[in-house]
Amino acid sequence: MPTVNSSPIALSPSLAAPWQTLLPQHLPHPSEILSSLEINLSRALHFQKTLLLLTAQGLSTLTEQGELSEFSYRSGLTLTQHDHAGVGTLTLADERKTLAVWRYTLSVDAAATAFIKQFALQLNAFLSNTPVVSASSAQCEKCGATLVNEQCPQCDNDIEVAPSTWTLFKLWRFARPYRWQLLSGFLLMLASTAATLVPPYLTMPLMDKVLIPYQNGAPIDTVTVSWLLGGLFASALLAWGLGWAKTYILALVSERIGADLRTETYEHLLKLSLEYFGGKRTGDLMSRIGSESDRICVFLSLHLLDFATDVLMILMTAAILISINPWLAVVTLLPLPIIAWMIHIVRDKLRTGFEKIDRVWSQVSNVLADTIPGIRVVKAFAQEDREASRFREANQHNLLVNDHINKIWSLFSPSVTLLTEIGLLVVWAFGIWLVSRDQITVGVLTAFLAYISRFYTRLDSMSRIVSVTQKAASGTKRIFDILDHVSSVPEPTHPVHLEKVAGRIDIRDAGFRYGNRSVIKGLNLNIEPGEMIGLVGHSGSGKSTLVNLMCRFYDVSEGSIELDGVNIRQLPIAEYRSNIGLVLQEPFLFFGSIAENIAYGKPDATRAEIVAAARAAHAHEFILRLSHGYDSLVGERGHGLSGGERQRISIARALLIDPRILILDEATASVDTETEKEIQKALDNLVQGRTTIAIAHRLSTLHKANRLVVLDRGEVVEVGNHDELMATQGAYYRLYMAQARNANPDLHAAHTNEVHA
Amino acid sequence: MNALNLSRDAAGILLLTDANGASHKVNMVVRAYPISAPDDGVSLLGIDGHELAWIANLQALSEGNRSLINNELAQREFMPQISHIQAVSSYATPSTWTISTDRGDTELVLSSEDHIRHLAHNRLLITDALGISYLIADMASLSKHSRKILDRFL
Repeated sequence: MPTVNSSPIALSPSLAAPWQTLLPQHLPHPSEILSSLEINLSRALHFQKTLLLLTAQGLSTLTEQGELSEFSYRSGLTLTQHDHAGVGTLTLADERKTLAVWRYTLSVDAAATAFIKQFALQLNAFLSNTPVVSASSAQCEKCGATLVNEQCPQCDNDIEVAPSTWTLFKLWRFARPYRWQLLSGFLLMLASTAATLVPPYLTMPLMDKVLIPYQNGAPIDTVTVSWLLGGLFASALLAWGLGWAKTYILALVSERIGADLRTETYEHLLKLSLEYFGGKRTGDLMSRIGSESDRICVFLSLHLLDFATDVLMILMTAAILISINPWLAVVTLLPLPIIAWMIHIVRDKLRTGFEKIDRVWSQVSNVLADTIPGIRVVKAFAQEDREASRFREANQHNLLVNDHINKIWSLFSPSVTLLTEIGLLVVWAFGIWLVSRDQITVGVLTAFLAYISRFYTRLDSMSRIVSVTQKAASGTKRIFDILDHVSSVPEPTHPVHLEKVAGRIDIRDAGFRYGNRSVIKGLNLNIEPGEMIGLVGHSGSGKSTLVNLMCRFYDVSEGSIELDGVNIRQLPIAEYRSNIGLVLQEPFLFFGSIAENIAYGKPDATRAEIVAAARAAHAHEFILRLSHGYDSLVGERGHGLSGGERQRISIARALLIDPRILILDEATASVDTETEKEIQKALDNLVQGRTTIAIAHRLSTLHKANRLVVLDRGEVVEVGNHDELMATQGAYYRLYMAQARNANPDLHAAHTNEVHA
Repeated sequence: MNALNLSRDAAGILLLTDANGASHKVNMVVRAYPISAPDDGVSLLGIDGHELAWIANLQALSEGNRSLINNELAQREFMPQISHIQAVSSYATPSTWTISTDRGDTELVLSSEDHIRHLAHNRLLITDALGISYLIADMASLSKHSRKILDRFL
């Protein structure tokens, strides 16, 4: 475990065992260790542990082999970190050359950051001869992050549970509310199965007491015959009624289970962080929620039901057969274990196959989900043929996998049929032999044959359960993949409620990485209530990521973000987000009327409020010009409206919820200059009195910002207003000049005026 | 809101006189919520497309103003109410429907099921291939024959 301790440690118990023995051997005064960091890679990138130690005199390293090297403090010494492709590097250097390089995996990254801080503190203290002021806040022993409620926000969330193979039993969670209906359905099933077994039993007396005596010359006993036939009819009627009730009840229940499953999966999906959606494809998620849950439902209502009936029937039949004649029963039931064995063999082969089919199937739908929204790009680049061949390929793959499965599958069914035929043959042979020995009557043999013909047809259909169970199980697994996924943006366990939000935002030492790429590093920023901050930087400098972190679409991997002094992890997510108004570069409009779209964040808004918001967003007049006014439908992506119009609707949407914090992510980037002015007017209405964070590529749009924050590679490089930043001739100056050069001369002049205005 | 000062000029164009005594030609009178709340929010737009006046509620107007506005709206609004569906050419779109409306019998061409829009309270809005909207005020009050046909498209 990597450890950072800010106070002197005397062989801290948190150090791993080997160090406990190694340290005293190599360090004369182990009590002087002020801070330590265990890194886990050697310079040649082998997994090897090295301990980095800070003492009052310098930096020491100790390998597991006991090699000790020391670097004493002197001015000009720097310790820096950077990472690439999952490997972090610590570099110790002075003005002239690199003194040492250490490498580690990113699990130690946060601790390394903390260690560097300690190093800088100690170095400073050594050079200036002043004691170190130790950090006040408690830190996580694992990763060095600041603790919240004595919990580490990073480490305590890393709950990963592998999905178990008995996934189908997970469905019980959804079946539980219906357990009484299920029980009554089961009892009905028992009764109806029993009823279907009566007719073959009645053939026995029909044969022995009526038909055979008649063949031997006795007259037909009409009373017995009518009783027996009446019994046959009654049992058929009973089986019909009971079967209907059972199927109806169980189908009803399974449909409800399926619906619950779908709804809960979708609800859970919506709560997952953007990180999850970033890694998944729309088509795949859609097929999981839609068709998989349907498949499970069909499995429950149809296949599982049939299977249970079959098992019951086999058990009952076996009991009846044994009660009539145990020897014949044994011979009749002989093929059963063979079939069971076959089923078992095929099951394993089919399981992987069906999982593969599912994956291939989502590949096919993914091609559709990719292409249809991007149809303009496809057509513009004349790539229809390529997309068609991509689809054909996916389909071809689908065919291949299916062919493979069908090869096994097609052999399976006829084999079962063959076995049943052989079984029948054996029963005939053995039965005739028994009849010739006068051990059984002809009636018993006919009854046996009637039973086993039913029995074996059931076996045949039972064997089908293998494939459908596997399909349902893989479907269940895929659904529970979503359900079991713990949101990486969890709800707080002890939520804090803010009465009134002022809008003060403090970002402390925030760090964030996508996979192994570090996007934000040690970022500090304090934003006053009502202040407007302009985020400026090259694309890829981390502006949008910072905004996503502020919205808590992702959680910071290091440090914290606070709203009015409270860590945003401690606020209930929905409550926190209700304070944020977000206007994106590409406004998203949902299918529905314009009024519904404006009222999206506040569904109970009155019509007057909607109109007021639209007016403030300068959207009122163009909305009135539409054929149905505020009732006009807008399509999925707002077809029929221009970019500027869509943007103004989304501004009205943000205005309506009256948020304390406003985030404008390139709100005017995708529109022309004229529309931009119109939108800018709308935005100026929106910004008033709110804490605003605006990202803009066009620097001129940030003229109202109180402060501009210049980001570069995830770090704040400059802060100040336009004039200050221009005067320092730093990163902002270069950005500004680059833009000014690109714009034509008179535009340049306009820009300058606007910014200075 | 100040009392509206509406009048009609010789050519029959609606005129709005503002507080300063200047009169503006009203180009269009539009409802903000023609479907969900026809009487809430009516806007008078000038020739340049900008809003001249906003009427929060039509019922709150004086008798004279209201009839002027209603008159103006009646000329613009065309949304026949379907009372009966006599026949359809096919159950697959595009399909030609022979219908009776409150404005007489007619035919409409439904180009896709997507053009049937569900509104609250069992109401349907059907937009035909030419962009004319037809309203079905209450699905339940249609005749059984009409409902049966309609059901195939929903």
